[in-house]
Amino acid sequence: MSRTFVGMPAFPEAARAALGDTRLRHNLAHATGTIRAKRARVVEEVDGWEDLRVAGAAVKDRALHGLDEHLLTLERTLTEAGATVHWARDAAEACAVVARVAKDHDAREVVKVKSMATQEIGLEEALAAEGVAAWETDLAELIVQLGEDLPSHILVPAIHKGRAEIREIFLRRMAAAGRPAPDDLTDEPAVLAAAAREHLREKFLRARVAVSGANFAVAETGTLVVVESEGNGRMCLTLPEVLVSVVGIEKVVPTWAELDPLLRLLPRSSTGERMNPYTSSWSGVTPGDGPQEVHVVLLDNGRTRALADEVGRQALRCIRCSACLNVCPVYERVGGHAYGSVYPGPIGAILNPLLHGPGDPRDDALPYASSLCGACFEVCPVRIDIPEVLVHLRTQVVDAHRDDPVPKPEALAMRGTGWAFGDASRLGLAEKASGLAGRVLGRLGRSALPGGRRAAGRLPGPGAAWTGARDLPAPPAESFRDWWARTDGGRTEEDRLEEGRAGEGPAVRGRTEADDEPGGAR
Amino acid sequence: MRVALLVTCVNDAMFPDVGKATVRLLRRLGVDVEFPAAQTCCGQPMVNTGYLDEAVPAVRRFVEAFEGYDAVVTPSGSCAGSARHQQGLVAARAGDDALASAVERTSPLVHELSEFLVDVLGVTDVGAYFPHTVTYHPTCHSLRMLGVGDKPRRLLESVRGLRLRELPAAAECCGFGGTFAVKNADTSVAMGSDKARHVRDTGAEVLVAGDSSCLMHIGGLLSRQRAGVRTMHLAEVLAATEDRAEALR
Repeated sequence: MSRTFVGMPAFPEAARAALGDTRLRHNLAHATGTIRAKRARVVEEVDGWEDLRVAGAAVKDRALHGLDEHLLTLERTLTEAGATVHWARDAAEACAVVARVAKDHDAREVVKVKSMATQEIGLEEALAAEGVAAWETDLAELIVQLGEDLPSHILVPAIHKGRAEIREIFLRRMAAAGRPAPDDLTDEPAVLAAAAREHLREKFLRARVAVSGANFAVAETGTLVVVESEGNGRMCLTLPEVLVSVVGIEKVVPTWAELDPLLRLLPRSSTGERMNPYTSSWSGVTPGDGPQEVHVVLLDNGRTRALADEVGRQALRCIRCSACLNVCPVYERVGGHAYGSVYPGPIGAILNPLLHGPGDPRDDALPYASSLCGACFEVCPVRIDIPEVLVHLRTQVVDAHRDDPVPKPEALAMRGTGWAFGDASRLGLAEKASGLAGRVLGRLGRSALPGGRRAAGRLPGPGAAWTGARDLPAPPAESFRDWWARTDGGRTEEDRLEEGRAGEGPAVRGRTEADDEPGGAR
Repeated sequence: MRVALLVTCVNDAMFPDVGKATVRLLRRLGVDVEFPAAQTCCGQPMVNTGYLDEAVPAVRRFVEAFEGYDAVVTPSGSCAGSARHQQGLVAARAGDDALASAVERTSPLVHELSEFLVDVLGVTDVGAYFPHTVTYHPTCHSLRMLGVGDKPRRLLESVRGLRLRELPAAAECCGFGGTFAVKNADTSVAMGSDKARHVRDTGAEVLVAGDSSCLMHIGGLLSRQRAGVRTMHLAEVLAATEDRAEALR
């Protein structure tokens, strides 16, 4: 796989290919099922989880509503604490800042803490172009990097890989990146982790510049917070002399006290743990302790665009826990790559279009990559109503095409449907036509559904998308509304039934949709 | 109490027996349900595909058809959800205050069938007889948009002769999703295949749910597989009695 999402097909086509990857589907079903169950257990045991969600959402909303002021406060507190603050409008500006800092220190390599913002801006590729190697130190990110692969999950970027594949990647690729994997490497998780630890240790000890993101940035105190499981982040944040943190502007939390609900919501929602193993926080430079030069890049890259969207702005509450990915029945089957972004799954399906705006066919396909089942909203720790935003973004996609000189077939179909639903008599005519078509389709289809009703057979054109894998009943000869009109809401039918019973003759059934079919009713 | 039936466009055009069963069931429980003939559709197919303007005529007909009733009952969790949670959006889009206030009046009156039976009529034993092994799929919008909880289950458990089998991973979406079923047909079918497998694993003869569209999808897969499982709407099961068992002939 190439290390870029650029040029990948839109979701329906990418998903079709992914669905055929049996190993991917097996790995994902197992991994998401395991995390789902863990999360459910640790959420269950919290009294007042719903109150906590409401509190978490409220903190993020407060931060977003006063974002301009909180950011200026953050800039001031960070600067006072000895950090250098940089503002980046887009990916290129942010990457340029990091590259400049690395070059100022003649660094040919940097170590990286796992960070979505740096993935989003393509930092590794940008630094490589400047002759600076950026080493991932999170185990799963290392696997993805060594495998020249792409992340497929926000929290577990190598979720699509099995341990046998990981062993192979380590054996083949570690040597070129530093300390090689031992020859007797097995695919035992503990053995693989030990090999990664040996490999990474020399990088931690050698690197003079580290790059991180931040889970939270506290405006009041100028404190950045990184939440992690492996301790690699702690190494990067404490050993090198120089630290550059790329932080999305929506990561601001107004006060230290407001971290409280967020730090309780995040681990249970993401890894299914009561508490994450490592929480690091630092405020600028502490003389004689940790990095002595600290830079913070505040990144927009579409966030103010998303903030301007009244319905969509709730997506900026996201704390990147991945709970929505793990419960999503679509994500579980197609994996992360099909979404064509470092942000996959339900949150990716709204975040990418919100950050970029409508127009790109791949972004435009994402709001439709959902059955709107609502499982994501149910688990979101900051109550992002993802289905609501999905429908809102679908409307934006449709509206962007309203002035097309040649409307899409779907748009014509929706106009026709909307017109028919505008008047019951129009709908009645359409149903009569459908009833006639049903007779033809039922005859042509020849097969019967369980219960005896005729199937419509294989349909041509867009209908084939349905009947390729699913039977479809032939439309009934009589619609409900015609039945109601003909039988006075079934009253005359019931009368005849009663008469039939009284005379002990054969019951005279009312005319039903299956009357002309062998085998009786549906 | 004046009660109107929102039969839904899918049942009207494709599954009239579900509407008939709902009428029979409600009459048996003493509700003289009316069918306002001006009704067409709740607007959901257009709204969920992003065509808000195209949904405006449907929502106008909806409020005209159902205004003045004390309750609207519908054999669809999805359409009830659309009426209660989406029609306001459409009215706002139309910029029509009169429509918006009409929606505000009618939408809270809309009850999904199991809600109407349990919450409004206060019954769980509807006097049904259905001597078959069934499993129940709680459709997403009933479960998560309306929060019907265990109401359908309580209704089914009170049906004489009915043996209810637990559906594994019941709360997971079947993959129908409206136009998702054709816009992302491959993913939809992959989800549906897993649902169909779970249904088959129960050994049930009949899969029951409260939404005909989800049943059309899962049933279409089961039928194509020649699985020997049929689908029935909750209304059809609850309408069945010793005298009128023809629903499952």
